[in-house]
Amino acid sequence: MHSIVCIKQVPDSAQIRVHPVTNTIMRQGVPAIINPYDLFALEEALRLKDQLGGTVTVISMGPPQAEVALRQCLSYGADDAILISDRAFAGADTLATSFALAAALNKIRQNMPIDVIFTGKQTIDGDTAQVGPGVAKRLGYQLLTYVSKIVNLDVTQREIMVERRAEGGVQKLKTRLPCLITMLEGTNEMRFGEMADMFRAARYNVKVWDRLAAGIDDLEKVGLKGSPTVVGKVFAPKPRSQHAEIIEVHDHDPRNLAETLLAKLFTQHPKIAQELAKRAQL
Amino acid sequence: MTSEAPPKPMRRKVAVDPRFAHYRGVWVFIENERGQVHPVSWELLGEGRKLANTLSVPLAGVVMGTPVERTRQICQETFHYGADLCYLAQSDVLTDYRNEPYTQCLTDLVNTYQPEILMLGASTLGRDLAGSVATTLATGLTADCTELAIDPESRCLAATRPTFGGSLLCTIMTQRHRPQMATVRPRVMAMPDPDVNRSGQIIEQAFAMPEATIITKVLEFIPDDMSGKPNLAFADIIVAGGRGLKRAENFQLVWDLAQLLGAEVGASRPVVQAGWVEPDRQVGQSGKTVRPKLYIAIGISGAVQHRVGMEGSDVIIAINNDPNAPIFDFAHYGIVGNAMQIVHALTEAFRVQLAQIRQAS
Ligand SMILES: Cc1cc2nc3c(=O)[nH]c(=O)nc-3n(C[C@H](O)[C@H](O)[C@@H](O)COP(=O)(O)OP(=O)(O)OC[C@H]3O[C@@H](n4cnc5c(N)ncnc54)[C@H](O)[C@@H]3O)c2cc1C
Ligand SMILES: Cc1cc2nc3c(=O)[nH]c(=O)nc-3n(C[C@H](O)[C@H](O)[C@H](O)COP(=O)(O)OP(=O)(O)OC[C@H]3O[C@@H](n4cnc5c(N)ncnc54)[C@H](O)[C@@H]3O)c2cc1C
Repeated sequence: MHSIVCIKQVPDSAQIRVHPVTNTIMRQGVPAIINPYDLFALEEALRLKDQLGGTVTVISMGPPQAEVALRQCLSYGADDAILISDRAFAGADTLATSFALAAALNKIRQNMPIDVIFTGKQTIDGDTAQVGPGVAKRLGYQLLTYVSKIVNLDVTQREIMVERRAEGGVQKLKTRLPCLITMLEGTNEMRFGEMADMFRAARYNVKVWDRLAAGIDDLEKVGLKGSPTVVGKVFAPKPRSQHAEIIEVHDHDPRNLAETLLAKLFTQHPKIAQELAKRAQL
Repeated sequence: MTSEAPPKPMRRKVAVDPRFAHYRGVWVFIENERGQVHPVSWELLGEGRKLANTLSVPLAGVVMGTPVERTRQICQETFHYGADLCYLAQSDVLTDYRNEPYTQCLTDLVNTYQPEILMLGASTLGRDLAGSVATTLATGLTADCTELAIDPESRCLAATRPTFGGSLLCTIMTQRHRPQMATVRPRVMAMPDPDVNRSGQIIEQAFAMPEATIITKVLEFIPDDMSGKPNLAFADIIVAGGRGLKRAENFQLVWDLAQLLGAEVGASRPVVQAGWVEPDRQVGQSGKTVRPKLYIAIGISGAVQHRVGMEGSDVIIAINNDPNAPIFDFAHYGIVGNAMQIVHALTEAFRVQLAQIRQAS
């Protein structure tokens, strides 16, 4: 059983601040973390390994510092880690990202066939949920998105049964290996790493592949060049035509404020007044 | 590289590429399952109508599904919501959503008729399908757009979405590939009023993929039990609380007001992350998009990720102790003050004044 887990290193959004005057993101000192959604993918792969044995390989495309994120995956119990990193990958959108990842995965499977690829549901920065489907299409794997549960996996029969979150319900699907699973959040809980894995992770030589090692010779397909989407402008949202009407009263009394607000609301929006009067639980 | 966000702005001037001259028309994928159309598809037709008008090209719906009368009926409904024509593919293998046949069928249609723009709802189905189709067609796909427009210079789709972590938006264009693809989350665009007198042309597409060649099988579909679950997306009145409430106990103020108004309770992301309310109640980019008649935001700063989820509300009232909080830039009414004092007073004022209105009518 060979599982791959794709992970992305992202800035910890909880610690991002926006400059109050320039409205730009203040990136300095923001710690990088493993995309939180990817931990559900990793844990699921580790559980399969607990059950069935085998190998878990983690892979990431990113700058050299992303090695830290891969090392952290090793400390949780992943067996091998590969970082694909090359200046030519810079500025990749999801199409270019899935191309580079798929190329590296093709290299990997030449040495050790892949049974399941896991990705997170989406990232917290790009937030598109497009890389998983993209990789699956490129490799010709069956795609199972938003999987909440692996019901059964039979490596010898090459069959897998899963539950996936669909619109308005849960779909139970059966398909053949190899497949790509995007794991839904909240479906498992990341384990604590074992001491032995932590030591191993600290010393482990994370493989770093440049584009040639990843089997990519077409520069037109990666990075900015391989990205059909072009970011045109970045801007602050426009305020509504006017600023909110701020309710003020002389005595600053909350009761007075509330009554003044409602008097305004109800005269300017009689329909809302009627609607509220109808439904209020008085 | 990937973790460097937001991407640097780039200015590339392009004229309409002659290779794309024959890519014409705006398409909306009409998501339907078990005879039900996902409302996001109608919302997209409303938006698509404007884009098609700007480009002076037809607007088309794309309906795929099981070969029953209902599926054909859906085509008529696309006309009511603004489509000029509707592509229809019917097959037993399209009965339940599965990635493989749907990707194949939609890709075939695109290759045959070559639209310039293809839009899908950013539902679980739409995201699954859009990502696969865009990769197969090797074109650009902009996710979760909050605004769509046509760039007058290049006639390209200018798709705007929030950039992460800050109060910024970015506009993304696919200039050198066709079709240009975009997904939009439910409730982000307004629901158009249907016009039952409109009609249009149905173009049927044969789709002959034998079941035996499809590897993934649907064993069962278990519908959600929606009873007792909050339905924020379609709520008329929402009272939402944020981190400004400081403690879980204080969130009771939100519940009290909501109960009086018969409203749903919403929350900002930090409140959900702190476990004060269930994740179903999160409003914003990574939560629900809502369009109530009245949205009361209590102790919410109005970060862009929250804003994109609720700025379609008819009337927004904000209560915040910081007069410079960004929420006042787009709320309609504001009270600057301490929520812990004001919300209770507001609940009581509603109680008194609504009783008076009810008596008067
Ligand atoms: C603000 C912003 C907006 C963007 N908008 C778009 C857009 O609309 N369209 C577009 O095509 N691109 C867009 N991009 C670019 C895109 O986000 C990244 O360049 C792309 O590399 C990864 O996409 P994602 O972060 O959305 O990942 P998702 O598709 O959300 O990630 C899904 C899963 O794929 C795996 N994965 C993703 N990236 C990697 C990686 N580098 N290495 C290993 N595994 C990975 C992870 O398991 C992850 O959980 C945007 C980027 C930013 C910063
Ligand atoms: C990829 C991504 C996705 C995100 N998705 C979402 C999302 O879906 N939804 C969402 O909400 N956020 C989302 N966020 C987070 C978002 O950026 C903000 O951090 C969040 O909305 C802030 O929540 P808040 O307004 O409750 O808290 P804060 O920003 O901390 O604001 C609290 C407000 O309360 C006010 N306040 C303090 N004390 C009082 C008092 N006594 N009385 C009255 N007011 C008081 C303060 O002045 C302040 O304005 C996302 C972020 C990222 C990066």
